[in-house]
Amino acid sequence: MTDTADITLDQGHLDDAPLLVVENLKTHFIVPAGAVKAVDGVSLTLERGKTLGVVGESGSGKTILSRSIMGLNVVSNAVTTGSVKYAGMELVGRSPKEMKHLWGVEMAMVFQDPMTSLNPVVKIGRQLTEHVRQHLGMDKKAARNVAIELLKSVRIPEPEARFDNYPHQMSGGMRQRVCIAIALACGPKMLFADEPTTALDVTVQHQILNLLAAQQRDRFMTMIMVTHDLGVVAGRTDEIAVMYAGKVVEKAPTGALFADMHHPYTQALLWSIPKTSQPKHTRLSAIAGRPPDLIKPPPGCKFAPRCPYAQDRCREEEPTLQPAATPGHEFACHFPIGTPENEDAFQRNLDAGRPQTLAAAGRLQATDDLDALELHAARAAQTPNDNEVH
Amino acid sequence: MAGSGTAHLRSGDDILLSVNNLHVEFPAAGGRTVFAVSGISFDIAKGETLGLVGESGCGKSTTGRAILQLPKPTQGTVTLNGEDLTGVSDSVMRERRTDIQMIFQDPISSLNPRRMIGDVVAEPLEVWGPKDKDEQWAKVSKMLDAVGIDPDVARYKRPHEFSGGQCQRISIARALVLEPELIICDEPVSALDVSVQAQILNLLEDLKAEYGLTLVFIAHDLAVVKNISDRVAVMYLGKMCELSESDELYEHPAHPYTRLLLESLPIPDPTVKIDDSVGIEGELPSPLSPPSGCRFRTRCPLADDICAAVEPMMRRVNDEHYVACHHPLVPVDEVGVSLR
Repeated sequence: MTDTADITLDQGHLDDAPLLVVENLKTHFIVPAGAVKAVDGVSLTLERGKTLGVVGESGSGKTILSRSIMGLNVVSNAVTTGSVKYAGMELVGRSPKEMKHLWGVEMAMVFQDPMTSLNPVVKIGRQLTEHVRQHLGMDKKAARNVAIELLKSVRIPEPEARFDNYPHQMSGGMRQRVCIAIALACGPKMLFADEPTTALDVTVQHQILNLLAAQQRDRFMTMIMVTHDLGVVAGRTDEIAVMYAGKVVEKAPTGALFADMHHPYTQALLWSIPKTSQPKHTRLSAIAGRPPDLIKPPPGCKFAPRCPYAQDRCREEEPTLQPAATPGHEFACHFPIGTPENEDAFQRNLDAGRPQTLAAAGRLQATDDLDALELHAARAAQTPNDNEVH
Repeated sequence: MAGSGTAHLRSGDDILLSVNNLHVEFPAAGGRTVFAVSGISFDIAKGETLGLVGESGCGKSTTGRAILQLPKPTQGTVTLNGEDLTGVSDSVMRERRTDIQMIFQDPISSLNPRRMIGDVVAEPLEVWGPKDKDEQWAKVSKMLDAVGIDPDVARYKRPHEFSGGQCQRISIARALVLEPELIICDEPVSALDVSVQAQILNLLEDLKAEYGLTLVFIAHDLAVVKNISDRVAVMYLGKMCELSESDELYEHPAHPYTRLLLESLPIPDPTVKIDDSVGIEGELPSPLSPPSGCRFRTRCPLADDICAAVEPMMRRVNDEHYVACHHPLVPVDEVGVSLR
């Protein structure tokens, strides 16, 4: 468009350099009771074309993290500090007026609720062409053609007819496809998907996740997928960052995270997912308690009150991220899973009768049985003409 | 899947609720009719949990509500403890509803934001329970305690002071305070995080054991349904596809739709390769003009001419497993045997 001079990207930024480098990013919301530390010192590096999963419970700061990177926290009481370098350019401290030249063109976001993220009184055609015309300066006709191509690419049947629909004339899955089409309209290099399928059925979730993966592949986009469900990110990301109370507590390549998880919170999240391979009425291991108060978090490890392995040291001294054996795998725990220290801590808590530990002990027993079952299922699946096991 | 027929119904004294040939239709603009539920039959034994699964719009919530006669079914019977609820007067039905309670999907909007928790949970007692406030509070505090909410802390608080998981616990306490026999849980964990979802599912199992409850559990997540249900009914566009004991259903799905649902489930294991060729394409057909024959045929990979012409009836796979499909994935009896 016309006023492009406000912000310019370093075109000479090397293609093999990471697209996004986040360092010690903090977003605090100032309220009468103090500062809500929603994001509290997160560092991330993301290579071009890769997908990062950000996982955590409600209130862990995962959504605020992605909004802070994009500069979408425009409320007056939000204070963002630290550094976000996108293609070599510092984004923290930029005004929305400057950032708007990046939104849509360089980075775009797909939101959780497709019911409310579209304007209900505007036809989807206009919502789709709005920023194509704004950013790329297309005329109405060219923009319409682009929009119909986009609807086709997100596999909406009869795109010409749908162009003139209002959001309420479409199902939730269709609306989320439209939201994805809008996000992709200006060909962003980076896509944030904030719980893109949480409001949708499993079958539609499967379709939408496949669509996102295909679009990412075709357009060589870098993606950050935010979710509370480890199942959603397991097969679809290159790296995963697990967040708790505004901090990254474990970060690893996806395979390494599942094969060799070190942080008790990651384990607890994985354990709380019901699996179809478990027999009915299998007791789920819920994570006891709630996430901590983000205004006055407890000293030491924030997860300690809910952790089955917590020791006195955890309640006093906050662990920092330290490297694990696999390159790129980091965790913040004094008694990481899979170490003798962890086993000792577990035994001590078990002897002391700590309720969280007793629950975990029951689960460990069940897991052993389950592993045997899964092994059996995996063998059965290898046999040809067996189509029942999943 | 059209799935009609009653071959899967059981007989016996321990049947608490029996739903037979239930139809629910709503008038739509232009004199048309929305066929929300079209001939569903199932029964629930005392102490059993029946899971109802299917996509949005398949009629599972409408089925749950039709049991409570909200709305009254267009056709069919709902028999609770031997009494047909579709025939009773409104005032009798009001009384019967104390035996059937409901838990809703969105825990925060299902509690009145302006009322205190102590009053919200005591409301059913205001109508049907003891009128004495102390007696009411004794019951309410016992229930809040049972669902893991500290009664003395919660009594004078309002819903916004609680998290989603806690609000769902409070809703459960409200449903339990009249000591109902049957609880209809309409997507009670869909709006919750996985960690909180696990807490609520465990809580429901505990309460079921403690109070001898019978549950209808409506959800779209098959893993959740399997975890809590004794038997699972799979629904599609107002019809029943398959009804089975839950372990059996997941090991040997007989209906193509059930298999597609299972294949759509995300698996929390990165070593499992995601097959993006599977899964259902397209959209649910309109319930205003459902497809002829089997309603699933427009999206079914196995559909052929017979599926368009003839509606499949419920057929027996084994005593605990019934399917309504012309091309089932496991061997079935040739003719649907009616047990009635």
